[in-house]
Amino acid sequence: MRTFSQRALAVPTVLAAIGLVLTGCGSKASDTAGESTAASCVDTSGDTIKVGSLNSLSGTMAISEVTVRDSIALAVDEINNSGGVLGKKIQVVAEDGASEPTVFAEKAEKLISSDCVAAVFGGWTSSSRKAMLPVFEDNNSLLYYPVQYEGLEDSKNTFYTGATTNQQIVPALDYLKEKGVKSLYLVGSDYVFPQTANRIIKAYAEANGIEIKGEDYTPLGSTDFSTIVNKVRSADADAVFNTLNGDSNVAFFREYANVGLKPADMPVVSVSIAEEEVGGIGVQNIEGQLTAWNYYQTVDTPENKKFVDAYKARYGANKPTSDPMEAAYTSVYLWKNTVEKAKSFATEDVQDNADGVTFAAPEGLVTIDGSNHHITKTARIGEIRGDGLIYTVWDSGTPIQPDPYLKSYPWAEALGS
Amino acid sequence: MDVVIGQLFTGLSIGSILLLAALGLSLTFGQMGVINMAHGEFIMAGSYTAYVVQQVISSATGSLFISLLVGFVIGGAMGVLLEVTLVKRMYHRPLDTLLVTFGVGLILQQLARDVFGAPAVNVAAPEWLSGGVEILGAVVPKTRLFILVLAVMAVVALSLAMQKSPMGRRIRAVVQNRDLAETSGISSRRTDVTTFFIGSGLAGVAGVALTLIGSTSPTIGQSYLIDAFLVVVVGGLGQMKGAVIAAFALGILNSFVEYSTTASIAKVIVFVVIVVFLQVRPQGLFAVKTRSLV
Repeated sequence: MRTFSQRALAVPTVLAAIGLVLTGCGSKASDTAGESTAASCVDTSGDTIKVGSLNSLSGTMAISEVTVRDSIALAVDEINNSGGVLGKKIQVVAEDGASEPTVFAEKAEKLISSDCVAAVFGGWTSSSRKAMLPVFEDNNSLLYYPVQYEGLEDSKNTFYTGATTNQQIVPALDYLKEKGVKSLYLVGSDYVFPQTANRIIKAYAEANGIEIKGEDYTPLGSTDFSTIVNKVRSADADAVFNTLNGDSNVAFFREYANVGLKPADMPVVSVSIAEEEVGGIGVQNIEGQLTAWNYYQTVDTPENKKFVDAYKARYGANKPTSDPMEAAYTSVYLWKNTVEKAKSFATEDVQDNADGVTFAAPEGLVTIDGSNHHITKTARIGEIRGDGLIYTVWDSGTPIQPDPYLKSYPWAEALGS
Repeated sequence: MDVVIGQLFTGLSIGSILLLAALGLSLTFGQMGVINMAHGEFIMAGSYTAYVVQQVISSATGSLFISLLVGFVIGGAMGVLLEVTLVKRMYHRPLDTLLVTFGVGLILQQLARDVFGAPAVNVAAPEWLSGGVEILGAVVPKTRLFILVLAVMAVVALSLAMQKSPMGRRIRAVVQNRDLAETSGISSRRTDVTTFFIGSGLAGVAGVALTLIGSTSPTIGQSYLIDAFLVVVVGGLGQMKGAVIAAFALGILNSFVEYSTTASIAKVIVFVVIVVFLQVRPQGLFAVKTRSLV
């Protein structure tokens, strides 16, 4: 009796176990199937086409990235109002990267595999881009990344619509050199972009006889700059090159102004402070300092007037426009123009047809370089004035061809790849 | 020489900021054992109070002093709300408090983001606080001197209140032996609420002060929370004396290490020093003398 009951129990147990294993296999099999068809899970049969918008809406980077989401939404609405892309309306799936590279990677995977978007617009920090890169490559999907970055990268799955180093940092250094700057102090946040940017700056400095008086990094989000500002003050360089990101800039510039350092004596050139950050820093603390970007709200083109007016009408008259916002806005149009040239939403078709696609952007005409997926951009050095806006004090005149690996600069050879 | 003086002042200044952020925590965490992860968001509430007050009162000086008062009340009121709704249910479950208040902190951050927007807002400092004072060749920003004075005043006021007032005596009695205090006719519930009000109110004051040096953004409190906890733990739970010494010691250590190395390395070294210190003295600089049987 006892043996029987054991057997009686054993049979269903074994069956259940087999069942579990089978369902396990089954779900696994369907998972793999899902992954392998991820590239083609994009649904092109309906009246709408989905794209993703992936920006930090929370965390330390939200200060900057929320505006990028807003300008992506603006571009999408403009395109929808003028008939959409290949006759389809664009539908945006917005996700929050939460200022965490791992979250960016997870959300990118979700956008591609379960929302089945045709392309994703977003990312800001280089760590978020580096985290997303393998996700886009593995799924063969497209990322449009709208922020200036440190270069030394290209991927057929990414379109870089912000500046690479030779369209922003190198022109800024040329400008400083021309102004007679003989020594620099480097201040940056401790992560990918500032570290790499400073390697490039040091290589340039060495080749051009500029002395680097000091180099300091603070953890991302750090807000105590008293020691660093003391160091900068006693180093007495001709200028400071600032690669800080996010909220840190507020504390840095307040401290800088409060110890009496003035732009006339030791200007700070920043590569990631845009118009919307000036208000938070307080204009009086940053007036007269320099920035290097490709776009300012004050850029005088008809396309920019239209962009600025549309943005202000939608988000408020006191909301300024900035470089990454413009690049994000431009990204959506570049994607649209490429898709229309390819007559297809498929990743391969967009990649194959990207070379030479142009858009009359607010910053001026931009063209995709199919060989490295970057775009041509006009470099502009700007000065922050009392009204909180940035005014161009120098520009490159014509769009500069992207050179992410700085192959055309002899001094950059030692940087490697 | 001016480097040493400069870094010494920097250290004192960092210390005074740490102290302001930690003072309220030394009450709620040190005295009551509540791990309030929303303390940083009470600091943030103080910062936004300064911003809102400045929208109403255009004089930067007037708005600063009114903000300090209003910030205290608002921070305190938020603390009381948190205590009454959530914390009182879990005085015996410290880990639950940690998680719940962490969640509350995230909600408050998002609330601030929805109300004030994600970009930092600017709270203008009064004209008389702009620029710096030159002391033996080093320039010390006036805003930092102001915060130093404010921190000292807060410590003096708090210790007077704790030592001399009946309320302070009740708080200390409840901390030392809750049962005996209740037997003596002290309402421990009311004392808990009062303690939370003062502790959170001090966070509000810290928030107002922080608008003078850094950004006023939804995440402002986060950047100070961990440091504030470190100060309280190193100082010894519930020991204001310990918090004062710990805050200035950590501030000065940080400023000198950072000057000779980098900010990231300084953070690591300060953490290592704290870990080593806590191995030797797990109870912190000063320990609570308690007659409690538990």
